[in-house]
Amino acid sequence: MNRSKIFRIITYVLGPLAVISIVRLWTDQDALTSSNTVGTALRLTVPILLAGMAGLWAERCGVLNIGIEGMMILGTWFGAWGAWQFGPWVGLLFAVLGGMLGGFIHAIATVRFNIDQIISGVVINLLAFFGVRYLSDLVFVGQPGGGVSQSPPQTSAIPRFDLPILSGGQIGGWKSPDVLAWFETRKWFILGDIGGIGRGLTSNLSWATVIAVAIVPISAWVLWRTRIGLRLRASGESPVAAESLGVMVNRLRYGGLLVSGGLAGLAGGTLSIVASSYYRQGQTAGRGFIGLATMIFGNWRPSGVLGGAMLFGYAEGIKLVASDSIAALFLFIAAVSLIFFVVAIIRRLRVRSLFALGIFILSTIAYQTVSTVPESLTQSLPYVVTLIVLATANQRLRPPAMAGVPFRPGEPH
Amino acid sequence: MIESRTTQRNFDGVRKSFVTLGSSLGAIVLALVICAVLLLLTGKDPLVAYRQILETGLSGDKLLEMLKRATPLMFSATAVAIGFKMNLFNIGVEGQYLFAALIAAEMGTHVSLPAPLHVLFILLVAMIAGAAWASIAALLKIGRGVNEVISTIMLNFIALSFIQWLFDNFFRDDSDGGLNVKTTKIAPSGRMPDLVHNRLSGMFIVALIVVALYWVVVFRSRFGFQLRASGLNPIAARTAGIPANRMVLLALMLSGAVAGLVAMPSVIGDVYGYGPSATPTQFGFAGIAVALLGRNHPVGIVSAALLFGFLDSTSAELQLSGVPSSIVKVIQAIIVLVVVIVNEASSRWLNRRTAERAAIALKGLASVA
Repeated sequence: MNRSKIFRIITYVLGPLAVISIVRLWTDQDALTSSNTVGTALRLTVPILLAGMAGLWAERCGVLNIGIEGMMILGTWFGAWGAWQFGPWVGLLFAVLGGMLGGFIHAIATVRFNIDQIISGVVINLLAFFGVRYLSDLVFVGQPGGGVSQSPPQTSAIPRFDLPILSGGQIGGWKSPDVLAWFETRKWFILGDIGGIGRGLTSNLSWATVIAVAIVPISAWVLWRTRIGLRLRASGESPVAAESLGVMVNRLRYGGLLVSGGLAGLAGGTLSIVASSYYRQGQTAGRGFIGLATMIFGNWRPSGVLGGAMLFGYAEGIKLVASDSIAALFLFIAAVSLIFFVVAIIRRLRVRSLFALGIFILSTIAYQTVSTVPESLTQSLPYVVTLIVLATANQRLRPPAMAGVPFRPGEPH
Repeated sequence: MIESRTTQRNFDGVRKSFVTLGSSLGAIVLALVICAVLLLLTGKDPLVAYRQILETGLSGDKLLEMLKRATPLMFSATAVAIGFKMNLFNIGVEGQYLFAALIAAEMGTHVSLPAPLHVLFILLVAMIAGAAWASIAALLKIGRGVNEVISTIMLNFIALSFIQWLFDNFFRDDSDGGLNVKTTKIAPSGRMPDLVHNRLSGMFIVALIVVALYWVVVFRSRFGFQLRASGLNPIAARTAGIPANRMVLLALMLSGAVAGLVAMPSVIGDVYGYGPSATPTQFGFAGIAVALLGRNHPVGIVSAALLFGFLDSTSAELQLSGVPSSIVKVIQAIIVLVVVIVNEASSRWLNRRTAERAAIALKGLASVA
């Protein structure tokens, strides 16, 4: 690791941490980085993250997937059904299979029959929503606790654990010390925040969460470091060229869409099995579209999707756990944009400095005036952010070149 | 010579519309077969379900309900079709019409006008509000190149929370001590008279007028020609001097204006106001389905809306007879999917046949020469 890389890590990790720590101490809002907030944020991040990865897999192989929401709905239903019948792990498996069913329909419609990919996605959303309602009516109605829009509750859950030493998990029979909690309760500058964030990420972890987070590096590795990943991305960038080199574009697109559907299904499964213990109509609440949004401003890269999902997960988490702290969050945004403003002035980047100044002024006003942001408006935050990102950074986004364009193998172009 | 060529062209046109009609009907039958299989797989008798649908749907009462249920679908499908005609996918009809419903319902309580003008005023406000919300997506597309599919999806969600905020904080009628979750009732002068008392609102006629206007404007006017030309070949259209940006703005605003009318059968024909649970939702997505099924053609839209209305009208009786009513919506979705697939396949088949014929004709010419 060379010096500039170390320097970068320090500025991008410790910098924001220091700023948020100052804000926390200044405003006395410990909830900003408490383990409770971060743990909740992590739980809310997972479904969005998986939905975003589902979008990434589909678009990287060249097919737009507006149907993620519908595939997630299939995942919530089949997952809850499987978990109710056979236990939580089988439930997750059924969630994946349910999502894959949606992905398969999407593949048949768009890859085999070449219909408009957006149309297919929209129809899959409708089909999934009413399809599971039909199934609920057949299966859940009449069961104790079940109904047309709700499944009976599951009796067992995916096991949870604390990481040893860091968060006081068990090793054998020995209960290890809870180091991060010790730091968190001291509330020292930076160290207290590391304790809170670390403990939120390492305590009371569900195995399903671990699997979900592991999917990010696995996807990145498969898509960017293996032969099949290269071919899959080639199918999204230039299917004609890929085909001329002997790549079976359509077969890869089938595969990509099955993975996409499976991930979306898993996203749904985490909602109905991990985050709660039953299926409920409307459980996905637009998270499939938020996932799509994270994919866009994650610039179609796994690390970007992770970043975007964390941002939305955190925003949602802090709203849930400590809505009073939202004002402090605006102070944090103001401080960061002020730093950006100074840096941009030094580097003589006029447009960027004006942009940062604008955000600084807006967030300062927000901090001064808004004690509690109306719930109904904060709900739309992910969507507003996406529109702003699209409107301001559109030039820098680079989607797969041929995503959305139907491809017919063996025909002249 | 010239005459024979025109008859040939007419003949081709007739054949093409026969292929279209035939493939659509065939696709509907195919979709019903697929649904029958699904019903069988889930342990229900498809024949019982289909007979139930036909028997209840064809009674006099239900035919009126079919027209009632088709009304909002005709508006939303027309709104979607205007976009489609310019290759713009307006997924945002949902947000546009709900926003328009709230604004129109609220504005409608603040004016006092004689009856026809009051109704007209509310309709106009709804259209302006719908167009305004749609124009956000248009401006993002023109100014910043943001794809309208993504922006209208996001704007749907933004609209939902914006509407809720407006409603909760400003527009809610508090006179009942918070029990009433609607806006203030619109005065009788602002209500659309019923065609059939309590069964069918006059909005049905408005819907037919809007579809007819859609045909005139999009298929028979200079503006409509420019719109369709921009959709078919944007580069050629721009070369021909059609202002691309202005067309995007106008098309999306027109689409949004028609979308603004979707909830009007409820707002001025039934509830006489807006309420989060009283105003019907999901018509935006159903409209996409109807527009696809009707292939963006006025006659197609009306027929598809009537088919959907027919199916919807039977759902309550279907549930009573032991088949979950949601199967109606599943049938609709499968019909749309199959119709789109069959249309794609049949148009490819037509194109290939035309190409083959042209090749044969060329060969014949070459041998003569």
